[in-house]
Amino acid sequence: MSAIDMNMPVLIVDDYKTMLRIIRNLLKQLGFNNVDEASDGAEALQRLRDKTYGLVISDWNMEPMSGLQLLEEVRADGKLKEMPFIMVTAESKTENVMAAKQAGVSNYIVKPFNAATLKTKLVSVLGNF
Amino acid sequence: MSSAGPKRDEWEGQVKALADRCPGVNPDDIIEIVEVVMKSISGDLSAVNMKLYAEIESLARFINKAKAEIAAMRPDEIKDEHLAAASDELEAIVGSTEQATNTIFEAIETIEALTPNMNSEMAETVTSAVTSVYEACGFQDITGQRITKVVKALQHIESNLGGLLEAFGQEFEGVAAAPKPSSKPKAEADRPDDHLMNGPQLPDEAISQADIDALLGFD
Repeated sequence: MSAIDMNMPVLIVDDYKTMLRIIRNLLKQLGFNNVDEASDGAEALQRLRDKTYGLVISDWNMEPMSGLQLLEEVRADGKLKEMPFIMVTAESKTENVMAAKQAGVSNYIVKPFNAATLKTKLVSVLGNF
Repeated sequence: MSSAGPKRDEWEGQVKALADRCPGVNPDDIIEIVEVVMKSISGDLSAVNMKLYAEIESLARFINKAKAEIAAMRPDEIKDEHLAAASDELEAIVGSTEQATNTIFEAIETIEALTPNMNSEMAETVTSAVTSVYEACGFQDITGQRITKVVKALQHIESNLGGLLEAFGQEFEGVAAAPKPSSKPKAEADRPDDHLMNGPQLPDEAISQADIDALLGFD
């Protein structure tokens, strides 16, 4: 039996439509059907303030607001600061990982990734499902 | 001898006064020594100056030759036509791969939608294959980011070339004065984490998912 609500809203954020579609389809295969999309950090932040989400999966390199800036905004917001936040990005330098960690990222997936890695990270952040 | 220095009759007088105070010293000997020394200094300065002039002349020839070679390369054409065309082509690649990827998505999502009508074994096999296709489609995002990096590099070269053209000014016949190098787009320049925007790394420069997990202490 699932330990989490598979119907919880998930917000995925990426400026590449292809990546949004990949993550949406992989989440659907894993049983997450309530998925919304945003194309940059600013749009995502607005969505997070307008609706209650259970998880954010965000790219880093976006304009005008990056994923790291979004993460910092989320952690600084009294209502959002506990939000599980997974960074999915091609930024694979140690300095990037450490900056994300310092900002309070829940987990970090480097692109290109596979479905198994995504599931492992979701379980790590949300618990078994 | 510098015009600002003492005149010969003045220093000859000084030498004779010195000889008067030091009996046994021939003033003519001192004058002769002083003249030899002064001729020697004058000769050294001339040699240094000549060498300096020669170096400057050589440098000027080199710069003129370089300018001629740069002009022959038609940097105005490189900037306005070739670099711009290369950027357009690369952006077209991003667009066409995105379009192709969307077509792949349409097809594979149609196949995936049929799995409820399949027996469980077949559905599992098809779902696994569909998942692999989804994963592989990530290439579009990665190649898109890599190409974007190349486009930015070309834009940087274009800006620097513009600065070069501006520096040479009217010396390049037919080369219009170039605009000042453009800065980064405002939104990008305003991002506090701009220095961390490294993009996809080459294989030998990237760290792995396992390395990242170890750094973060996550599963």
